[in-house]
Amino acid sequence: MSTVIFLVDHNGGKVAKATGELATFAKTIGESVAVVFAANPAEIVTQLSNFPVDKVITVSGDLEKNGPAALAEGLAQIITAKKPAAFLITSTASGKEIAGRVAVKTGSGIITDAIGVDKDLITTQSVFGGSTTVHAAVTTGVPIITLRANSIEAAAATSTPTTEEFAVTISDSAKLATITSATPVVKGGRPDLTEAAIVVSGGRGTNGDFKPVEALADALGAAVGASRAATDAGWYPHSHQVGQTGKTVSPQLYVAAGISGAIQHRAGMQTSKTIVAINKDPEAPILELADFAVVGDLFNVLPQATAQIIARKG
Amino acid sequence: MAAGVLDRANVDAVLNDLDEYAVEEGLRIVEANSPTKEAGEGSGHSITLISMGPERATEAIRKALSMGADDAILISDPSLAGSDALATSLVLAEVIKKGNYDLVLCGTESTDARMSVVPAMIAERLSWGQLTFAGKVKVDLAASSVEIERVTEFGNQVMSAKFPAVLSVIEKINEPRYPSFKGIMAAKKKTITTMSLADTGLAASNVGASAAWSAVKDSLPRPARGAGVKFTDDGHGGEKLVEFLVEKRLA
Ligand SMILES: Cc1cc2nc3c(=O)[nH]c(=O)nc-3n(C[C@H](O)[C@H](O)[C@H](O)COP(=O)(O)OP(=O)(O)OC[C@H]3O[C@@H](n4cnc5c(N)ncnc54)[C@H](O)[C@@H]3O)c2cc1C
Ligand SMILES: Nc1ncnc2c1ncn2[C@@H]1O[C@H](COP(=O)(O)O)[C@@H](O)[C@H]1O
Repeated sequence: MSTVIFLVDHNGGKVAKATGELATFAKTIGESVAVVFAANPAEIVTQLSNFPVDKVITVSGDLEKNGPAALAEGLAQIITAKKPAAFLITSTASGKEIAGRVAVKTGSGIITDAIGVDKDLITTQSVFGGSTTVHAAVTTGVPIITLRANSIEAAAATSTPTTEEFAVTISDSAKLATITSATPVVKGGRPDLTEAAIVVSGGRGTNGDFKPVEALADALGAAVGASRAATDAGWYPHSHQVGQTGKTVSPQLYVAAGISGAIQHRAGMQTSKTIVAINKDPEAPILELADFAVVGDLFNVLPQATAQIIARKG
Repeated sequence: MAAGVLDRANVDAVLNDLDEYAVEEGLRIVEANSPTKEAGEGSGHSITLISMGPERATEAIRKALSMGADDAILISDPSLAGSDALATSLVLAEVIKKGNYDLVLCGTESTDARMSVVPAMIAERLSWGQLTFAGKVKVDLAASSVEIERVTEFGNQVMSAKFPAVLSVIEKINEPRYPSFKGIMAAKKKTITTMSLADTGLAASNVGASAAWSAVKDSLPRPARGAGVKFTDDGHGGEKLVEFLVEKRLA
C-alpha cells in the first residue's frame, strides 16, 4: 500500500485543525503517516488519535528555531528514507516555503494551494480568483503538495498510531538564520481566521466601528476578517486582513459587510462556499459574487440579523 | 554592500506590485548606510535588479531603475517560457551566484502565479540564510548581519542571519516612492544587461515548459456562481439575510 506523509502543524502545544484535513486526505490515498517536529512530541502525538493516522514519525528537538530551512532539511531526510507516494503540508506561508525547499532538496515537483487531491494524486486547484478549476499532477520525484485549510471535512477517527522516533542531521547551512524571539498572536475567544467555518468581515463601510461585525460573528460562532482599507486605517489588526496580501480563507460562509470587493480582496475569499454581502451600493463588485446580498446600511442590517439569530437560538 | 532585487515581471510587463516594496526597501537600506543619504554612486553601495522574463519586461525594469536602483540584469530566452517555480529559482540562483551580492530582496509572491515559494527556493539553492515575510528589516553593516521581523499567521518572530541572505518583504513594510523626474531621466542612461540561457551556464533541458516537474491535466472554467439574490433593504434586510442562512443551514 502506498504511504502518504504529512507535516503536523502545531502552535502553542495545539495541533491545527487543518492537520486533521491532511490526515483525511492522506488516508484516502493510503497509509497516513504524520511527522511531528517538537521539543516535546508526546503532547502532540496524543492529539493525533482524533484523526485518521496510522503512524507518527517524531523528531525531537528545537529545529523550529532555524525556521523553514531546518524543518525542510529534516523532512527531506524522512522523505528520502521512507519513499512515500506523496508529501502533504498545509498551505500557510511557512508551509509553502518548507514545501518549496523540500521540493528542491528531493528533486521533486511541487503543487501549491491545492483544494483537493485524489487517490491517483491528481490535485485540484482553484485559480484566477476562483474562476477556473485546474487538475494537475506532479510528474517527477515525490509529489510535494500544499493543501489549503478548509478544503475537506476532517474525518473523525479514534486511531492508535504506531510511533517511530527519527534522528535527523541538520547541516550548518540550514542553521544560517535564527529566530531570536517570537510574539505569538494573542488569541481571543473567536476561532482562527484561516480555520473558521464562518468568517464575517468588515471594510471601509464600517467607518471604524467593528462592533456590529463582531456581534454578528459571535452570534454565528465566526471569525472576524477585514479588508485592507480597514486594517490600513488601524481599525482592525493586520493579522485579520483577508486578501491577496492578507489571508486566504475558504469557509462555508463568508459575510462581507461594507466591503466593495476589489480584486485583491476577492483573491482571498472567492473560494468560500457561500458568500453574503451587505453593501449600500447596488453596483459594488462584491455583489457579483454574492449568493445573497442586502443592498442597505450595515448599521441597520447587521444588528437586525444578529438579534434574529440570537432570538432563534432561544 | 550590493543588493539584488528580483522581479518576476508579469504578463502585462508592469513591475510586479509586490516587488516595488522590495525595491523601496533596498533603496532605504542603502540610503541609511550612505554618507550622502542617497542611493547611487556616492553611496558606496549598489542595487542590481534581476529579472527573468520576456524582452518586454524591460519596461518594468526601467520603472525600478527610475526609483533609484543602479543597474539591471534581464534573463530572457525563448527556452525559459513556461518555467515553473523550480526552474525559475534555478535560473535566478545561478545568476545571483555570478554576482557579488550581500542581500537579495524579493517581493513575497508574484501577483500572477501567487505561489510564494521562489524566495525560499533561491535561499535553498544558494545555501544562504532565508529571512522571508519581513515586516521590518534592520541591517547592521559593521556586523555584516541583518535582522527582520517575520510576520506569520501565528504571530511575529525576530529572525537574523549573517550576509549573504535572501529576504522577502511584505507590503506593509513601506510606501514605495514615485520615481522623480530626475530619476526617470537618469534611468534612461542606466545599463540593463540581457543574458540568454547560455550565458547562465544552464542547459535548456533544465528549464522551460518541458522541464516542468508537474503537469496540468485539464483546466475548466468553474461554473459561474448562480446569480445570487439581491435584496434591497426595506427595513427587513437583516431578517431576510437570516432566512437565507437558515435555509442554507448556516445559522
Ligand atoms: C498590492 C495590493 C495588495 C492589496 N491587498 C489587499 C488585501 O489583501 N485585502 C484587501 O481587502 N485589499 C487589498 N488591497 C486593497 C484593495 O485594492 C482595496 O483598496 C480594498 O480592498 C478596499 O477595501 P474596502 O472594500 O473595505 O473599501 P472600499 O473599496 O472603499 O469599499 C467600501 C464599501 O463599503 C460600502 N459602504 C460604505 N458605507 C456603508 C454602510 N454604512 N453600509 C454598507 N455598506 C457601506 C461602500 O458602498 C463600498 O462598496 C490591495 C491593494 C494592492 C495595490
Ligand atoms: N522569453 C522569455 N525569457 C525569459 N523568461 C521567460 C520568457 N518567457 C517567459 N518567461 C518566464 O518564464 C516563467 C513562466 O512564464 P510563462 O511562460 O508565462 O508561464 C515566468 O517567470 C516568465 O517570466
